Amino acid sequence: MHLIQRFKLDSIFLPLGAILVTCFFWYVIAGKSVITEKVDDFGDKIKVTKREGLSADLPTPVETWTASKLYITEPFAKRGELDQGILRFTWMSLVLVAQGYAIALIIGTPIGFFLGLSKKFTTAFDPIIQVLRPVSPLAWLPLGMILFSGVKIVNGDGRTTFGASDAAALFTIAICAMWPTVMNTAVGVRAVPQDYLNVAKVLKLSKWKTLWKVLVPATLPYMFTGFRLSLGIAWLVIVAVEMLTGMPGVGGFLWQQYNANSYAHIILCILTIGVVGYVLDRLMSAIESRFKTA
Amino acid sequence: MPLIEIKGASKGFGPPGNRTEVLKNINLSVEEGEFVVIVGYSGSGKSTLINMISGLVKPDTGTASISGEVITGPGPDRGLVFQNYSLLPWLNVEENIALAVDEVFKDWTPEQRKAHVAKYIAMVKLTPAAHKLPKELSGGMRQRVSVARTLAMQPKVLLMDEPLSALDALTRAQLQDEIADIWLNNKTTVIWITNDPDEAILVADKVIPLLPTSPATLGEPMIVDMERPRDRKAINHDARFKKLRTQLITTLLDAKGRTKVKASVKITLPDILPEDLNYVNSLQFLNRSGPKRRSDKNREEVEVAA
Repeated sequence: MHLIQRFKLDSIFLPLGAILVTCFFWYVIAGKSVITEKVDDFGDKIKVTKREGLSADLPTPVETWTASKLYITEPFAKRGELDQGILRFTWMSLVLVAQGYAIALIIGTPIGFFLGLSKKFTTAFDPIIQVLRPVSPLAWLPLGMILFSGVKIVNGDGRTTFGASDAAALFTIAICAMWPTVMNTAVGVRAVPQDYLNVAKVLKLSKWKTLWKVLVPATLPYMFTGFRLSLGIAWLVIVAVEMLTGMPGVGGFLWQQYNANSYAHIILCILTIGVVGYVLDRLMSAIESRFKTA
Repeated sequence: MPLIEIKGASKGFGPPGNRTEVLKNINLSVEEGEFVVIVGYSGSGKSTLINMISGLVKPDTGTASISGEVITGPGPDRGLVFQNYSLLPWLNVEENIALAVDEVFKDWTPEQRKAHVAKYIAMVKLTPAAHKLPKELSGGMRQRVSVARTLAMQPKVLLMDEPLSALDALTRAQLQDEIADIWLNNKTTVIWITNDPDEAILVADKVIPLLPTSPATLGEPMIVDMERPRDRKAINHDARFKKLRTQLITTLLDAKGRTKVKASVKITLPDILPEDLNYVNSLQFLNRSGPKRRSDKNREEVEVAA
């Protein structure tokens, strides 16, 4: 009993302590506003605000909170195109990620299956995949712009609802997030125990039935590991994509606030991205553990 | 005409040059309704032999045939019970058996198939566990599911590849009796592979030793003419059982004895001379070219006390 209590307290107080220490260091290096009174050329007394400190422009934790309060307490408010509650921005980013991620899974999983099933396919395409895999999202985006430069879907009022930059954004997310799914599915298919395949052979299952009744269920745990890693990457890529295309979302907001010198909001965005990424990862690993077989 | 017939079959594995011949000159014929057990050492090619009949392995020379037709691949007329059960872990007991039944009896109605599955689950006494996943079952129960899955396909011949060797002795004994009972009621042809001579004599009509020569060959079949059902407690004192057992074990041991391989290896002693560690840090030591060997020395001075 004593042990359990101590463990629980530890798991709350130790992280809390670490957060406080981090905030303290943040406070130490952050700039502070120093207000001095001065007499100007006309003999009037004026107050001059100057920022001082190791990193003069970095807002302190308290300043960050006061500047961000409105965005957090009214998370779904819409005051303007680029001035919205933080969860509203998050939602926009999530929708974009979901679309790109879905494309990544729909394309990546079959490629993984082909790679796992056919040695010739692997030998043929492995070099291409290995070369394309480490390419950064920043490099894919311009290519996407060129590829989809003709894309333009216009609604009734003559406003573009889906343009080249939207297509390029989805393309970038999909192609960057695809690789873990491809690789893990391929490894999973190769790791299907020969016993299960022998069962399929002895029962004379058709190719289609072998795929759905044996291969897919046996590969599922590997596939979900890939899906989880892919989601992590998709969420990483979103910020870069929104920055470059200027789409509204957490990443777009971050870049716009940097240009507007609202540095506190940058920290708000970083924390939001981190928390959302963490939640997504937990969610996926919860789903993943449900599909663990034997 | 025998149901299963293997004529002059041999099988080896590996690329040319580094090839291991596993089986050679295998001749086997099994009549319909016979219960044949093949006994042999682990790794002597028993599984390869049964896989030839199941169609998972093709013989290099010779043929394996069922009802006179040459076996070219696996088929539902030969039900294989795997050593490691090979149940699909994501399907429960009922679904595992249904997978086989749905495939073999495609023209039946779903109700017929369901009843068929239930019948075989009942036969192996697993009705209460019908909706459990394999991981929730004990080893013995899993093997019973595997047997039920195979029996439900109503194969012409039941092939069992060491079906009980992964089980503990008590469960094993129980399952031997159960499978023998099921066979008494069904009279399917059975080819059973085992490494346990007692098990072989207890369940079989005919025991064939797989002699561990290299490559392995089949020995003379022994007929077990003891009435069924056999009582495992009483049989231990049966003179026929004891005689067969001695005969079987002697055959296997003799064959093993004859295959002992003689090899000679030339052993050379190391001839490196010890280093003088007093000079380890000296330039002379660092510049020496490798260790000194006794064979390099032209002359060796030996002090002999007078």
